[in-house]
Amino acid sequence: MKSIEVEQLTKKFGKFTAVDRISFEVKEGEIFGFLGANGAGKSTTIRMLCGLLQSTEGTARVGGFDINTQPEKVKESIGYMSQRFSLYEDLTVDENINFFGKVYGLGDGELSERKRWVLEMANLRGREESITGTLSGGWKQRLALGCAVLHRPRIVFLDEPTSGVDPLMRRKFWELINDLSSQGTTVLVTTHYLEEAEYCNDLILINAGRIIAAGSPQELKERHITSPILEVQCSHVIEALALLEHQPWALETTVFGVAIHVSVTDERLAKREIPKVLGAHRIDVKSVIRIAPSLEDVFIFLLDQEARRAA
Amino acid sequence: MTLSVLKRLWPIIKKEFRHIRRDKRVLAVLTLVPAALLLLNGYALNFDVTHIRTAVVDHDKSATSRDFIQSFVSSGYFDHVKNLRTSYEATRLLDNGEVRLVIVVPSGFSEKLLARETVDVQLLVDGMDASAATTIVGYAQAMVLQYSQRIILQAMSKIGRGSYIPVNYEMRMWYNPELKSARFLVPGLIAFILAITCVIATSLSIVKEKERNTIEQINVSPIHALDFIVGKLIPYALISLVAAALVLLAAYFLFDVVIKGSVLLLFFATLLFITAALSIGLFVSTVSDSQQVAFQIAAIVSIAPTIILSGFIFPIRSMPWWLQVLSNITPAKFYLVILRSIVLKGAGLSAFWEQGVYLLLYTTLFLGISTLRSRKTVG
Repeated sequence: MKSIEVEQLTKKFGKFTAVDRISFEVKEGEIFGFLGANGAGKSTTIRMLCGLLQSTEGTARVGGFDINTQPEKVKESIGYMSQRFSLYEDLTVDENINFFGKVYGLGDGELSERKRWVLEMANLRGREESITGTLSGGWKQRLALGCAVLHRPRIVFLDEPTSGVDPLMRRKFWELINDLSSQGTTVLVTTHYLEEAEYCNDLILINAGRIIAAGSPQELKERHITSPILEVQCSHVIEALALLEHQPWALETTVFGVAIHVSVTDERLAKREIPKVLGAHRIDVKSVIRIAPSLEDVFIFLLDQEARRAA
Repeated sequence: MTLSVLKRLWPIIKKEFRHIRRDKRVLAVLTLVPAALLLLNGYALNFDVTHIRTAVVDHDKSATSRDFIQSFVSSGYFDHVKNLRTSYEATRLLDNGEVRLVIVVPSGFSEKLLARETVDVQLLVDGMDASAATTIVGYAQAMVLQYSQRIILQAMSKIGRGSYIPVNYEMRMWYNPELKSARFLVPGLIAFILAITCVIATSLSIVKEKERNTIEQINVSPIHALDFIVGKLIPYALISLVAAALVLLAAYFLFDVVIKGSVLLLFFATLLFITAALSIGLFVSTVSDSQQVAFQIAAIVSIAPTIILSGFIFPIRSMPWWLQVLSNITPAKFYLVILRSIVLKGAGLSAFWEQGVYLLLYTTLFLGISTLRSRKTVG
């Protein structure tokens, strides 16, 4: 069963094409990641899928409803959490929950049950009377998520839900997303934190309005990263990078924090050569170990490839 | 049907009242502004000319000349504040605005009158404020004529002709017998206050949702755009109605303004005007993206036309033709006709149905445009 089916969806603003003929499918109950840099077209796509924006061409069905001809039906079956906090800051926690509950037509009984759940989930019990604007970022985000799923939508759109929240809160937030998914809710989430993409069942990477990769994290790694990757910890990282780049056995070199990732043709050969090459230039090599490729490796590889193709 | 609409609108109405209660700025616009305006306009904006400060140069210094001066003072319109010896001193007093009228009685005033000769009295009027000066001249003229008439009548009774006046008149001022300007101004004031509260407060409230991005959460919900807007406007309409009622009440106690006509008609007319003003506020909110811009546009489109073009202060009939045409842009013009008809004349619907129809058209037009412009799905 497909929750979301997108076909050749296109959005043009004047001459500028923000979303260019993208197609993908989201299975029911999965966490679907939507990755890409700022301005890649993530938000525009989400806004079309939520019925906030008319598409220029192409169609999509969300929860079985056509986004262009049945936007009201779509709105009834989705929950949406915007990139910018969009609850009423001058209302209390309780008032916000009541308002959105009523807007989605919840009865009194169901509302109080859902309210209990939201307060529990967002850890806001006892703070019902607080003015929402006085809550800290992490709490606001949980409350926003709670309000977005008050009416138990089958599909939830989360646009950059974790931006501007500290890592601990981000992790907790992903636990909530996991809970939703395990209860059968389809979650479509955009993020630019690549490590978060690992939590997704399926994902697409978009660049300049086009999909450049799609699949599960595992599939993407296997498909695009065929050669082993070594992580080199050493002093003088920039100098080392320049040296390693020119080795015949090095396919790709990138800086990751204070380490260098080198994808190589032959693991044994490289492990032998790296200390020699760098040692000759008086660079201290602390360690060379083979690592499992991260999604970040995949995306850097893919975006590099795109840039080269464009050039 | 009505019940289900109310059920849909109720959460929005409730939420809007909460916003109003917590936003000091909006609260101030809605409560302090009307109160301040009423007091300011009621007391300061006074076109009544009374207690005209008057100086007298009496060259005659006779009982007759004093009697003549006294006739001015006892009318209640003139205050005799100074006696001067020469007309030169009068110039200084008029120059620095200490007095607005100087009466110069020539020597030989009483003798000439006794000899039944015409005597010339000089009146010096401060003409800087043209409309006040016209009124002063009118009053003074009436005083002089009355005094002359008295002398003629006395003379005639002496020769046994009894009192005879060829053409007499009796004047009744309708609708505002004492010609108090408060009666004329208060209806305009109500229109003015409503225009401000409705246009500014509503435009701010909607733009605030855009500015704070809360509109996005509303837009993805199944709530209908029109429901949301109507729900948001109802609190402002209610508050404005209460404000209008309070202004009328205050006008009654402070300025003796009594509603002569039907209160029910007044209520519906006011409701109609409020909807018109709200629809303008709504329109303003659709063309602005920040509260600052909205406030400025709203202030310009509500305050200026209501003061200048509505006939609140300046009569429309004495405007040049192009301004008369332009005056149709403000619904306050039409509401004012209705208000004055009801409050001052006690007139019925037949006297102002055309204005009512115009207000209705106006509201429909703006509400239509605004709803189209604030459609939830944008192309």
